[in-house]
Amino acid sequence: MSALTVYKRELSSYFAQPTAYAVIVIFLLLSMGLTFSFGQFMRIGDASLEWSFFFWHPWIYMLLAPAVGMKLWSDEQRTGTIELLGTLPLSTWSAILGKYLAAASVWLVALALTFPIVLTVNHLGNPDNGAILSGYIGSFLVCCTFLAITMLVSACTRDQVVCLIVSVAACVTMVLCGYDDFTRELGKIASPAIVEGVVSIGVWDHFRSLNRGLLRLQDAVWFASFIFVSLLGTSAILSSKRS
Amino acid sequence: MIEVENLTKQFGSKRAVDDLSFTVTKGEVLGFLGPNGAGKSTTMRMITGFFPPSSGDAKVCGISVIDQPRQAKTKIGYLPESAPLYHDMTVLGFLKFCASVRGISGNAKKDAVEKAIETCFLQSVAKQSIDTLSKGYRHRTCLAQSLLHDPEVLILDEPTDGLDPNQKHEVRQLIKRLGKDKAILFSTHILEEVEAACTRAVIVDRGRIVADGTPAELIKQSGTGSLTDLFRSVTTRDTEQPAA
Repeated sequence: MSALTVYKRELSSYFAQPTAYAVIVIFLLLSMGLTFSFGQFMRIGDASLEWSFFFWHPWIYMLLAPAVGMKLWSDEQRTGTIELLGTLPLSTWSAILGKYLAAASVWLVALALTFPIVLTVNHLGNPDNGAILSGYIGSFLVCCTFLAITMLVSACTRDQVVCLIVSVAACVTMVLCGYDDFTRELGKIASPAIVEGVVSIGVWDHFRSLNRGLLRLQDAVWFASFIFVSLLGTSAILSSKRS
Repeated sequence: MIEVENLTKQFGSKRAVDDLSFTVTKGEVLGFLGPNGAGKSTTMRMITGFFPPSSGDAKVCGISVIDQPRQAKTKIGYLPESAPLYHDMTVLGFLKFCASVRGISGNAKKDAVEKAIETCFLQSVAKQSIDTLSKGYRHRTCLAQSLLHDPEVLILDEPTDGLDPNQKHEVRQLIKRLGKDKAILFSTHILEEVEAACTRAVIVDRGRIVADGTPAELIKQSGTGSLTDLFRSVTTRDTEQPAA
């Protein structure tokens, strides 16, 4: 119940300030721009969104997801409102969940607003809409993972810029690890065991299978555990900061 | 109503609050005095459940803040030192949010918010965004937040800080009025405030209580008839070397 109250406050705060609008507009411009330029949506002539559209999402999220999440706890600590939250009859988990879901909702709105591309591809050809839905789920899960990491970082610092830089670095690492060109180069200098370890923290393996319409348990577990561990870490950091 | 038992807080090697014990009963307004860094805010943060104490316990209406923090927090209204607020909200929106978190809903919420706005003279700015408000209004908005649920215990960290003389007077009158049927603990630097609003006062220095009594007793104890003289004689100035 109180998580819902926090959720509503955070969500209205996103839309009362330019943050949400800026992020949504830039996301739409970038995702559509990349789809039609480098993604060669029109030239490939393939009625699927896997390569032309979804492929770009992790690259965009690694820069924009931290911009949405960076204020979550940094701002509370800088302005001292964390003391207010901490002395209201509200569990830390309600606050964490409320805030996290509000940030995720901003991204849900952004993703929903890409619907014209789905209409377009349905108009032009005969795509597998199940695979498109699963692509959207994969895209949203990557975004949620990045948001969870940003939230963890924001609990550590009261400085939003520091939070942005550190979480972008973490997200970039997760996008690069597991990206084919990168792992190929890494394979030349490192042993297969190391390459495998590096690939396992990358998002691509899990993102791609969802993109192809495969709903695998291992991907669900991977995303869920990354998010859960980050939120758990946030809770641990927030309580340790007080004692 | 407030029972503080051997409360201690250790920050690294520094002991901010050292084995502090006192009680505040219903109908009592306890002034919490002390130089900067004496441990006043830390003590208040422990009683309100924001900081876990290193040792000791605080009970509010018989409920331990350590064992049952959520129940204890429902009994407390708290004004933090810097009066933190969500600047992107309106006064009304902020108070509604705090009321919802406290589990007040429907008509009860509307009434509680209206009453708090009235008590703190916020009618004229209720629909304004908090970041456009002057310091006095911000302070009173945060004070209003602490009164929403009509708590049995009020903990106010420097409630008159940054207010103009008129506002200070109003807040003191408010504390006096509320103190009749609540237990109030408030910290201040202004010694006249003690005589104006408190039924009892304690002076803390380096985490320990160094004087305790009604304002009249404390003035008597000073020998010179001035609280300032007593304050200066029992507390350590930060310009002098602390005794080893």
